[in-house]
Amino acid sequence: MARPGKLARAMFHDLLASRELAWRLAVRDISAQYRQAFLGILWAFILPLANTVTWIFLSGAGIVSMGETALPYPVYVFSGSMLWAILMDAVNAPLNQTTAAKSMLAKLNFPRESLVISGIYQTLFNAGIKIILLLFVLPFMGIDLGWRLLLFPIGLISLVMVGTAIGLLLTPMGVLYTDIGKGLPLLMQFLMYLTPVIFPMPKTGIAAAIYTLNPLTPLILTARDWLTGLPAEYLSGFIIVNVLAIILLIAVWILFRLALPILIERMSS
Amino acid sequence: MSDETLIKVEGVSKKFCRDLKKSLWYGMKDLGNELFGRRHSGNGALRPDEFWAVDDVSFELKRGECLGLIGRNGAGKTTLLRMLNGLIKPDKGRIEMRGRVGALIALGAGFNPILTGRENIYVNASALGMTKRETDEKIEEIIDFSEIPQFIDAPVQSYSSGMQVRLGFSIATAIKPDILLLDEVLAVGDVAFRTKCYRRVDELRELSAVIFVSHDMGSIARVSGTVMRLDSGVVASKGIPDKIIGEMETGLRHQHAHGRNVNQCDDRIKKFNISPPFFEVAQRNEFRIQVNIETRTPIDGIQIWISIQDFAGNHVAECVLDQRSFNNVLITGENLWEVVFDMLPLRVGEYSWQVTLVDLCGRILAVSRNEVHVSVVGTGISAHVAPCTLPIKNITALF
Repeated sequence: MARPGKLARAMFHDLLASRELAWRLAVRDISAQYRQAFLGILWAFILPLANTVTWIFLSGAGIVSMGETALPYPVYVFSGSMLWAILMDAVNAPLNQTTAAKSMLAKLNFPRESLVISGIYQTLFNAGIKIILLLFVLPFMGIDLGWRLLLFPIGLISLVMVGTAIGLLLTPMGVLYTDIGKGLPLLMQFLMYLTPVIFPMPKTGIAAAIYTLNPLTPLILTARDWLTGLPAEYLSGFIIVNVLAIILLIAVWILFRLALPILIERMSS
Repeated sequence: MSDETLIKVEGVSKKFCRDLKKSLWYGMKDLGNELFGRRHSGNGALRPDEFWAVDDVSFELKRGECLGLIGRNGAGKTTLLRMLNGLIKPDKGRIEMRGRVGALIALGAGFNPILTGRENIYVNASALGMTKRETDEKIEEIIDFSEIPQFIDAPVQSYSSGMQVRLGFSIATAIKPDILLLDEVLAVGDVAFRTKCYRRVDELRELSAVIFVSHDMGSIARVSGTVMRLDSGVVASKGIPDKIIGEMETGLRHQHAHGRNVNQCDDRIKKFNISPPFFEVAQRNEFRIQVNIETRTPIDGIQIWISIQDFAGNHVAECVLDQRSFNNVLITGENLWEVVFDMLPLRVGEYSWQVTLVDLCGRILAVSRNEVHVSVVGTGISAHVAPCTLPIKNITALF
């Protein structure tokens, strides 16, 4: 990296060059995915919905007891699960896209960024379906969607950005070793319980410290606050996490560019 | 056109690793080095289990020239092409390429089986660097050339491999590249389509620099102006097609004459010999070989497997001699049979035989590799569908 200027120009150039291909790949993947599934776009929200139903049942039946939440608990867990699912999609996308494109990577020379951008498009598409469902259902659950809903896209973008940065960080190793891809869902499941997705913010003890230090906490809380018309309680944390995420994203983008030629020679012939 | 140099390759080398686990680990290390701005793969020395897949290759190619690359499987042809295409980085040396590169390293890369042919044209063309407008302009031409207009709106998973190749070739040559890299792509299509492809390559050659990899010496000789032969990653020779191809074939004959490497796996077998070691046979003529086995103990129910490979290592013909064709019992001492075949249904060229002696349970008793070498001579018309079964006329015991 002796020539940062040259690198930055090349990165920007490839980013521009990959717009069209990224769009094509996203359209290709989305249409292929839903063409072969009987349930079609329902798959975009079946999993978080199942998660929501499980936790509403568990708490309603008194098997687990939840602390106080500003929102009714069903709204809390429903919106949390959906937002978490969006983050998960974004985390998984870079590795999935790169692995799925192995044969293409081994045979064609195209701007590699298009895979990442195509993944972001697909995440946004699936997120759109979830959000439409949320916007449709939340008023029936007694939530007034206030003017703060206009801020929600910022929350959505930062979820996708943070997720992409994490996913991209894991991609080079994940392409070499399948352990990463296999372990990721486990790790994310664990992380979910350390983030106020299902459980409300604990007030005291070690759990409270972990929840507060978890950089994903302000993301989920702020996005949920804006979605449900509440003032954002953790705004400063949200801003700090986003700034750090932008720096991380640029760093892992460079990593991804440098890594791909090495990965391609190892993964195929 | 002009004598503009489009490809310049200087001392390019690439190493690969034989062991997957190590390979992945080296990958991690290379990644670390790359991050610190060092050239990856360390200082260029080979690490354990590594070998040079391409070693110190240099050449230049101008517009309007075509270089044919030949060599046995694993000689480094594809690796060289992948470096030229920028897919992987050389460990040593430099590559300069000028202009748009069209590569047919493998056709149909990135075809999604669920989508239709038409949708895949857009995706693939876009990956090759064509804009949507360019693709719109050329799509009719692409579909026409591929000769599959009636299936273009059917999902690609219903295509035969030949149809996928047609579509892939049509897309890749529609971009009118300055540099065209072709890797054994025409091996799949039928004869009529292949001829059409060669015509297309001929047209493109006027405007581009072409590198052509094939195991089909006929098409190499037809298309290329210069031929380069790679052997274990090294440029073994370079020159006009007839000379280099001739060299490759005599080299092979030489190797067969000297490479009498009989691997005896079983103590019971003292000697396993096929003769004559080299013979010429005219196409469609009867020919005979002798199988000589010396044993220490009697063995019941042997089988003799014969497999014929062309010089590229492709399996082209086979046959099994078992109880259906002869009394398959070995007595102590010398056993000698003469096997007569109706003909050798192969095209003109050089072939090697691998003969394996197997017992009743399928255990290998002895293998003779490259023991027998055969030259088929004749009119040059290809008569076989590979791999085919050798027609046995009769087997006579001579002991």
